[in-house]
Parts: sequence; structure tokens; C-alpha cells
Amino acid sequence: MDIIVCIKRVPETAEADIVLDAGKKGIDTDGMVFSINEWDNYAVEAAIQLKEAQGGKITVVSAGPEENNEVLRRALAMGADDAIRLTDPAFEGSDAIAMARILAAAIKDIPHDLILTGVQADDDGFGGTGVALAEMLGLPYAALVTDIQLDGDTLTVHRELEGGLEEVTAVKMPALLTIQTGINEPRYVSIMGIRKVAKKEIAEKSAGDLSLSGDDIGVKGSLSQIEGLFFPPVGEGAEIIEGTMDEKAETLVKILKERGGIA
Amino acid sequence: MKKIAVLVEHRQGEIREITFEMLGKAHQLAGSDDEVQALFLGDTSQKELVAKVSPHAHTTLAVYDAALKDFEPLRYGSALEAVLSNADCDLLLMGQTAFGMDLAPALAAKMTMPFTSDVVDIEILDGGVKATRQMYSGKVSAAVSLKEAPKRLLTVRAGAFPAEDVPEVSGEVREIAWSVDGDFAVRKFLSYIEAAVGDVDITQADVLVSVGRGIKDADNIPVAQELADALGGVVSCSRPVADKKWLPKERQVGTSGKTVKPRVYIALGISGAFQHQAGMKGAATIIAVNKDPKAPIFSIAHFGIVDDLFKVLPALTEKVRELKG
Ligand SMILES: Cc1cc2nc3c(=O)[nH]c(=O)nc-3n(C[C@H](O)[C@H](O)[C@H](O)COP(=O)(O)OP(=O)(O)OC[C@H]3O[C@@H](n4cnc5c(N)ncnc54)[C@H](O)[C@@H]3O)c2cc1C
Ligand SMILES: Cc1cc2nc3c(=O)[nH]c(=O)nc-3n(C[C@H](O)[C@H](O)[C@H](O)COP(=O)(O)OP(=O)(O)OC[C@H]3O[C@@H](n4cnc5c(N)ncnc54)[C@H](O)[C@@H]3O)c2cc1C
Repeated sequence: MDIIVCIKRVPETAEADIVLDAGKKGIDTDGMVFSINEWDNYAVEAAIQLKEAQGGKITVVSAGPEENNEVLRRALAMGADDAIRLTDPAFEGSDAIAMARILAAAIKDIPHDLILTGVQADDDGFGGTGVALAEMLGLPYAALVTDIQLDGDTLTVHRELEGGLEEVTAVKMPALLTIQTGINEPRYVSIMGIRKVAKKEIAEKSAGDLSLSGDDIGVKGSLSQIEGLFFPPVGEGAEIIEGTMDEKAETLVKILKERGGIA
Repeated sequence: MKKIAVLVEHRQGEIREITFEMLGKAHQLAGSDDEVQALFLGDTSQKELVAKVSPHAHTTLAVYDAALKDFEPLRYGSALEAVLSNADCDLLLMGQTAFGMDLAPALAAKMTMPFTSDVVDIEILDGGVKATRQMYSGKVSAAVSLKEAPKRLLTVRAGAFPAEDVPEVSGEVREIAWSVDGDFAVRKFLSYIEAAVGDVDITQADVLVSVGRGIKDADNIPVAQELADALGGVVSCSRPVADKKWLPKERQVGTSGKTVKPRVYIALGISGAFQHQAGMKGAATIIAVNKDPKAPIFSIAHFGIVDDLFKVLPALTEKVRELKG
């Protein structure tokens, strides 16, 4: 079974102080730590588990600058066979649909039974590139997948709905699934493992290689446009408790007592 | 005159709340001579559901077909295309839900509709559509504009707009013909699996000590358990903690977990992504402990401590024990 996994490299922002860039259409990522999008890490693991059971080949694809080789190498160290990086200044300003078009152009020529993407990217959080990609490739698909069982050429998957409810759905391959976190326990990648694949070649493809014209991609090929970024209004916000640790704990206990927090 | 359409979302015989949230927003966006449309896809046994939404739309366009009984995006997408060719709406709203996320991006790609997702605000100015969405787990907002086109598509975040006060208008219902055409057997709905019931029901707890990724490791869960024990409460968690199996899934709070309304909710090392907030913002008192002063959780918490949770937890547990003697 040949599987393609789309992976994105994203900045870790949960604990970071975010500063907007000069144009206010992006953030200043200088000095930020980047890693593989959490959802995509689960997708790579899902692909490897299917390959271990079925055989076949895994190709990982990432669109972005040279630094994206880090996440591609990480996936190779986990067990992917081939890596492709899509890169071109003309890709800049692409919205999610244009990004799906770029991925589709690269993927259509690679043999595949299954394509996996994450449900969403941790940074832009569009949550739809995979489903748009399936449509462009003319593939059946399922989004928000938390379990995969293989039966011949049919995948029986669990889709996560709201409130803990799940749906069981059958999807016939070739197909595309968007993978939700928690579907598996992604394996650990050692520094040794990464070193082993350090020399492995990563293929590069430009807009020209993919026969994409300027009208399909970038700002021109995108029907949505970021006008600007801003920080959300804080509203009333929390009353911040200050003081020494002892004083903070003291104040908190008082609040807990008043508010019925101590049984 | 503009027309704003809302795709009705229903599951297991119920209209989902997001439908009314979108209808409310559509009415707010509509001027006096504009039209709000509800689009309903289902089978004939679900006709009674239409009666619940049609009073809130000027026009309800409905397709009834046995093939539409359960949500399946390929069939729903095909039926929706048929409806949209009748609806001539300028803007279509769907939920950024398990239903909308499985359908909207494909429809946008197929019909070349300008599209953005998960919006929390919408503006229509001189026929232009502008939306606000969030990035970086809610730390940054983005103003996104959709290019000029006959039809544009937005998916709307659940809870972004109130479901109450949706105006009543005298609405007519029109049936649209559609028949199965295409290979839809490639995707097939089989069944639902209800959420597992655990040994502890976090929705019944008065006090929740809730841990997020900031708890760092399964070995640290007992530190939170000690505080919960001292308070007479229960330990719950955010999604990554359940994903990593540090706590069972039944302890997860949020859109894909449980909705809780305790007297006190203490969030420890939880950033406050909207999927988490959706499950706990109804708590009477919310206390957040996070070392990042800009964590979105502080925007909905009543009280906050900006510090290392591993310092706060033992100090607090100690004080509570002292008090109880
Ligand atoms: C209007 C608009 C303008 C934008 N302009 C720019 C811009 O000028 N410059 C810029 O850098 N970004 C820009 N972006 C962001 C960029 O378009 C997003 O990265 C892209 O839309 C995909 O959305 P997402 O990353 O949120 O993906 P989601 O849909 O949330 O991600 C789902 C999955 O898609 C796959 N995927 C997503 N991106 C990639 C990738 N790069 N490589 C491989 N797989 C991937 C992954 O499997 C991921 O898990 C813009 C976005 C919008 C909405
Ligand atoms: C379809 C879908 C459904 C989802 N459903 C849910 C859901 O039901 N529930 C849910 O929770 N999430 C859900 N999510 C995931 C959600 O988007 C976030 O990824 C998740 O809530 C983040 O969890 P977190 O806050 O624990 O982790 P992070 O966002 O990584 O935040 C960790 C926080 O801990 C703080 N921290 C770290 N160390 C310390 C320390 N020592 N002391 C104090 N603070 C510290 C950091 O500053 C940070 O703010 C869903 C996502 C999707 C796409």
C-alpha cells in the first residue's frame, strides 16, 4: 500500500510571546522553535503502522522553505521512504485552497492508495486543506479520523463528532483521510535516527516542475486574502493575583472558600 | 438585494445549535430588503425538523431523499450543488464542525467559491465580505477578505454568535428536486458510537482541577490529584492529556469531550484553545494558572496566577489542607 503524508513545519507558539511582522500580515518568527505540526506527527505514525502491516511505500510531502527539510528528515527517521519539498517564491500568499492545489499538483503523479493529512495546522488553523485536496484529486475522503481498520480495498474509519460521539464510516481506496490527534502513540525519534537519514536526498519541486501557473497559486490564485493580523481584544480578562507564592496561595484559598471551591 | 444562506446541521433527529447561531448572525447581517435562507438536506422522515428552522428564515430550500438520511459529504455536496443553483445566495454559512469540516473545503474547491474557515465575526460592506478568524490557537486574530464572486462560503465557529433571539419571520418552504447521480458507494455511513462512560463523571463534579499539556508528564498527574482530593473535587483535562493517555478520554473537557459547569474550574497549564473553552466557559468561577500572561485562557478566567504550576500546586494544596485541619 503506497501512502503519501502531507506534513507542515510550524512555530511553537503556545508559550511564546508573539510579535507581528512589519507588514502585520504574519508573525515575526525570529528565534522561535519550529516543529512538525502535531496532527501531522500522528498522520506519519498512522502511515507507518499501515506500512508495517501491509508493506508498501511512504512518501512525505511538505511545502515550504529549506528549513522544512527538518520535518521531512524527522519523518524519514520515523520510517517514511521518500521525501519531497515543494518550494517556489510564487507559492507565497497562497490561501488554503491554493495550498491544496500545490499539493495536488505534486501528488497526482506519485502512485498512491492512501493520502493522509492532519485535521488542522497548529499555526494557521484552517482545518480544511486535506478535504480540499481530496476534491481536487477526485478522491473519496473522511475528515477527523480517530481509528483506521483495513478490509481489502476499504477503510473502516472512526470519525470524531462532537461531545465524544463517533461515527463509523467506510471509505473505498484510493482515498484521503485527515488524521486527528490521539489516534495512535507516535514513536520517539532519536538523534541517531535523524543522523542516519541526514544524507538522504530530498527531492525539490518548483511551480514550473508542477506545471502551476501564476494564476493558480500565490495571491493571484487565492480567492481569500489576509488583510491584516491583530491581537484579539482581551475583554475584561482575569483578575491577576499577585504577591509571593505564599500570598498567592492564601488569596486563592480565600476565593475558593467564597466560591464554593472547598467541599 | 443580497441573500444569505445557512446550511442546516442536524444529527440523530435534532437540529444542532450552530444552525440557530448562524441564522441569528445571518439576520443581523441582512438589511430590510435582504433575504435569509435555510438550506435543509435530509430524508422525508426528517420533515418535522424543517418546521423548527423554517420560521427563522425567509425561504427554506429543502431536498428530501432517502440517500440523505445520514450525513455523507459526497451526497450532501451533490445535493447542495443542486440547491445552490436554485438558491442564488451571495453568501453561504456552514458550521466549522465535524459536519462542516468534512464538506465545506471540498465544496469551495469544487464550485470555486472564495472561502475561509472557522470565522468568529463577519462583515458585509459594499457587497464585500470580510471575516475575522483566529490563528495560533487564539493568540492572534486575522482579518480576511473574500474576493468578488457570485457565491462565497464561510464556516462559522460554534459559539461565536448567540443562538437566542433568532428573529421569527414568515418563511416559506420550497422543495428542490435532486436525485442520486454519481458513485457515492465509495463513502458510506455505517453507525454511531456513543461516548464511553467512565468511572468518574466530570459533568457532575462541583470542583474540577483540570490539567493541560503544561503538566508535562503522566507522572505529574498525582500532584493535581492531591489538590483535587484536598478540595473534594475531581481531576479533568484538556485534549493533549487524553491523547497521550495520561488520563482517560472521559476526563476530557471541550468540544470533542465533555461540557462542564462546575462551581469552580481550575485550569492548570491549559492555553485555552476555543475547543477547550467551549467545554468549560459556563463554569461559575474559573481560575487559571499559566506561566504565559498572554494565554487566551486568561481572557475568560475570573482569576489568574501567572506562574509555574509546579510551584502553585503544592503551595495551594498545603494551604487548603491547613484550612481543613
Ligand atoms: C488568506 C490567506 C492568505 C495567506 N497568505 C499566506 C502567505 O502570504 N504566506 C504564507 O506562508 N502563508 C499564508 N497563508 C497561510 C497558508 O495559506 C496556510 O498555510 C495554508 O492555507 C494551509 O492552511 P493551514 O496551514 O491552516 O492548513 P490546515 O488546513 O489547518 O492543515 C491541514 C493539513 O494540511 C496539510 N498542510 C497544510 N499546509 C501544508 C504545507 N505547507 N505542506 C504540506 N502539508 C500541508 C497538513 O497535513 C496539515 O495537517 C495564508 C492563509 C490565508 C487564509
Ligand atoms: C476538531 C478538534 C477538536 C478538539 N477538541 C478539543 C477538546 O474537546 N478539548 C480540548 O482541550 N482541546 C481540543 N482540541 C485541541 C485544541 O485545539 C488545543 O490543541 C488543545 O486544547 C491544547 O491543549 P493545552 O491547552 O493543554 O495545550 P497547549 O495549547 O500546548 O498549552 C499548554 C499551556 O501550558 C502552559 N504551561 C506550560 N508549562 C507550564 C508550567 N510549568 N506552569 C504553568 N503553565 C505552563 C503554556 O504556557 C501553555 O499555555 C480540539 C482540536 C480540534 C481540531
